[in-house]
Amino acid sequence: MNAPAIAPALTAQDFKSDYKPVWCPGCGDYTVLASITRALAALQLRPEKVAVVSGIGCSSRIPAYTTCYGFHGVHGRALAAATGLKVARPDLTVLVAGGDGDGYSIGGNHFLHACRRNIDLTDIVMDNHVYGMTKGQPSPTTEPDWKSKLSPAGTGLREFHPLVIALAAGANFIARAFSGDPSGTAAVIGEAIRHPGFSFVEVLSPCVTFRPEQRAWKEAVHPASVAATDDPARAARRLMTDDGFNTGVLYKGTRPAYSAAAGKTTLHPADLEKDFAL
Amino acid sequence: MSPTKAARATTPKKPRANGTRAAAGPYAQFMARAYAMETDAAERYADFADQMDVHNNPEVAELFRKLSSIEALHAKRILEEMGWKQPPRAPLAWDEAEPPETTAHTELHYLMQPYHALQLALRNEQRAEQFFARIARARKAPPEVRRAATELAEEEREHVRLIREWMKRVPKPEKDWDRDPDPPGLSD
Repeated sequence: MNAPAIAPALTAQDFKSDYKPVWCPGCGDYTVLASITRALAALQLRPEKVAVVSGIGCSSRIPAYTTCYGFHGVHGRALAAATGLKVARPDLTVLVAGGDGDGYSIGGNHFLHACRRNIDLTDIVMDNHVYGMTKGQPSPTTEPDWKSKLSPAGTGLREFHPLVIALAAGANFIARAFSGDPSGTAAVIGEAIRHPGFSFVEVLSPCVTFRPEQRAWKEAVHPASVAATDDPARAARRLMTDDGFNTGVLYKGTRPAYSAAAGKTTLHPADLEKDFAL
Repeated sequence: MSPTKAARATTPKKPRANGTRAAAGPYAQFMARAYAMETDAAERYADFADQMDVHNNPEVAELFRKLSSIEALHAKRILEEMGWKQPPRAPLAWDEAEPPETTAHTELHYLMQPYHALQLALRNEQRAEQFFARIARARKAPPEVRRAATELAEEEREHVRLIREWMKRVPKPEKDWDRDPDPPGLSD
């Protein structure tokens, strides 16, 4: 009898496609791509067992740069497409990748319900506080006093707090990473993939073209001083007082992930007819 | 004992079921770390070369590609010296944000010149030298690890010298090297 074939171990390079990313040199998204591929290799997953789903924006180009299955969907609808995919194919590891505009504004409602449904997805949002692809409009996470040619007086609007909202809406894993820390980002993404249910990873990923001042984020970020909690009330207090630059895993919930089988009826359509029999 | 001799003296371990070889023992683990460092550097320089290709900066792209192939050669040499047919499993995380021989993506600029690329490479080699020198000095480290670290630190010191020589042959950038009359961030 022949010995069973041993699949060779894959490296991060095996998860990178031949397409060269077209992001601006200096963009944080390069690191996120490298961190995703590194995490997938470390978890010994196979590209054909992973799907990367995205919407629209600079960061949403990521599926094309991997060798995994990819779905480049419409603006803001990545989570909706990923939800359908995961429910239909629970055997796949499904990652969702996008930016703050796509994820929190156009796709804001999908974000809330993806957290609530707690389907086993990993949502990676590359947050640069700006719409980079369309030339620098303020996004939901833009600071109210950020002035640019397109918002000369700033927006004056309070920014969206994605981590707090994710917790309130029911996300089962909440983390923040910084693209200037590739090792930390890969580790957090790996942990997010392993954690059951909806895992949300916000990656601070500077836009060096429209927000060059974000290069200074490397001075501002700092690892969270306490370990992740599984207590939503404690996590809420921490996240509400968070300075926006705490990195690491901040909340690891214990809510069971959505299972399609749980809500499944055992009735066959023919059984329904019995009640109407004359 | 040189890394080569030490590698020969190490009994090869059975490959894991997934095809990777577990780096067992402090010496093998140290060399696996050194291999990961060189691989990370080779991949990062290759990424940088691709970025410069995309942004029509062929001179710097070529330089980064050259640096990538040098680092890949170093990685290959470690594999050969250790007798590893499969690469050891890469560590998911390093102690520092950046691996010891790479530069963050954010340090790149689409108008950068070969001198900038060499400055960046110089910093990487210096950090790698410091990384190995620290291990070489660590009293708690096993003697074979300290010996290998001393040799690798010496190699990195030689690379620092070579890059400094290389920099002398490359023109220094003008003060306004990053001036772009039609910058990508311009909004009409």
